[in-house]
Amino acid sequence: MSELFARLGRSSLLAFERLGRANIFLLQVCARLGLAFSRPALVLLQLWAVGVQSLLIITVSGAFVGMVLGLQGYNTLVTFGTEESLGAVVALSLIRELGPVLTALLFAGRAGSALTAEIGLMKATEQLAALEMMGVDPLRRIVVPRFIAGLLAMPLLAAIFTAIGILGGYFCGVGLLGVDAGAFWSQMQLHIDLVEDVGQGVLIKSIGFGVVVTWIALFEGYDAVPTSEGVSQATTRTVVNSSLAVLALDFVLTGLMFH
Amino acid sequence: MKITHTMEIGVGLFVSLGLAALLMLALKVANVNSLGAPAGYRVTASFDNIGGLQVRSPIKMGGVLVGRVTGIDYDAEHFRAVVEMRIDPRFQHIPSDTAASIYTAGLLGEQYINLDPGGAEDFLSEGSELELTQSAVILERTLQEFLFSKTAKSEPKTP
Repeated sequence: MSELFARLGRSSLLAFERLGRANIFLLQVCARLGLAFSRPALVLLQLWAVGVQSLLIITVSGAFVGMVLGLQGYNTLVTFGTEESLGAVVALSLIRELGPVLTALLFAGRAGSALTAEIGLMKATEQLAALEMMGVDPLRRIVVPRFIAGLLAMPLLAAIFTAIGILGGYFCGVGLLGVDAGAFWSQMQLHIDLVEDVGQGVLIKSIGFGVVVTWIALFEGYDAVPTSEGVSQATTRTVVNSSLAVLALDFVLTGLMFH
Repeated sequence: MKITHTMEIGVGLFVSLGLAALLMLALKVANVNSLGAPAGYRVTASFDNIGGLQVRSPIKMGGVLVGRVTGIDYDAEHFRAVVEMRIDPRFQHIPSDTAASIYTAGLLGEQYINLDPGGAEDFLSEGSELELTQSAVILERTLQEFLFSKTAKSEPKTP
């Protein structure tokens, strides 16, 4: 019996210790954020890896999500004879929820897993230790540029996803189903506020998700067990944990922002 | 990995694409005029009942949008709802005896304030109050009155 409690206690202590390490890691990264501006080329390289190379999946998913929203929204609204407000429905759901959340989930799968695998492998092949031996701070050289790139790329990707989604909804609603184009845009403009919806929905949410996903991905890689099995487990944990964190954080942020 | 020229171009395109998307969301999708909200002048009006009127509900004159509701408060002394609205600065010459009434757009649509211009010589300005107001039509109450008047009429016939 006591063995059962001991095991429970041990695993919760380990979990808390890990949470503490993750927070210390974030603090250490944040303390070095300013230093990265002295090497903008490193950030640019990472923007290419996490931003530009995610563009394909983001634009294609955005277009299809918007088109499906247009179709489904039209089918529901037409029963009430209010298909003119399709623009508002598509834009509100994309801007407030679907744009930032789906972008963050795709970003976790596409860029987060790659970050974890890359850093985990650097640790497994002792490249991080080698950097330290040469007097180069691996946090500063390796982690901070990736963190900043994730932070910058997420809001841009979310904005692209949302804008393309709205165009997809426009294509379906106006182009295929015959909603009036003027009503589509004017209803949208009537219901969407620049600060409350675009500012809070797209920008603040996506920056928050960018921090969380990149933080988890970098920490999992940095903290990975330095074996091939450990790296693969860390990569899986990155995708699972950051997806869960994004969904939970989204609930909290929505509750705080839109009453 | 070395930074190639293609990468630089790619990142530059990515950043400008993202900013363009944000710009589109701001200009085409959101109502960008709401950002410059402080323009215009404030007018108040008190109603017995404002129904479903909300902050940011439109103010219309002859069907044209002339402003928006900026605040709703309750005057506990006179038991009336006080609505604060901001009128676009383009409409400076609205007579001071203009009447405000709360209408509904369509049968189930959102509620808005309609202004009917009066004939006074002087115009509304910052802080003036609209004296002539008409409350929102509450559907339940109208229905109730209608049914009541029907039964009241038919009652004498039954005995």
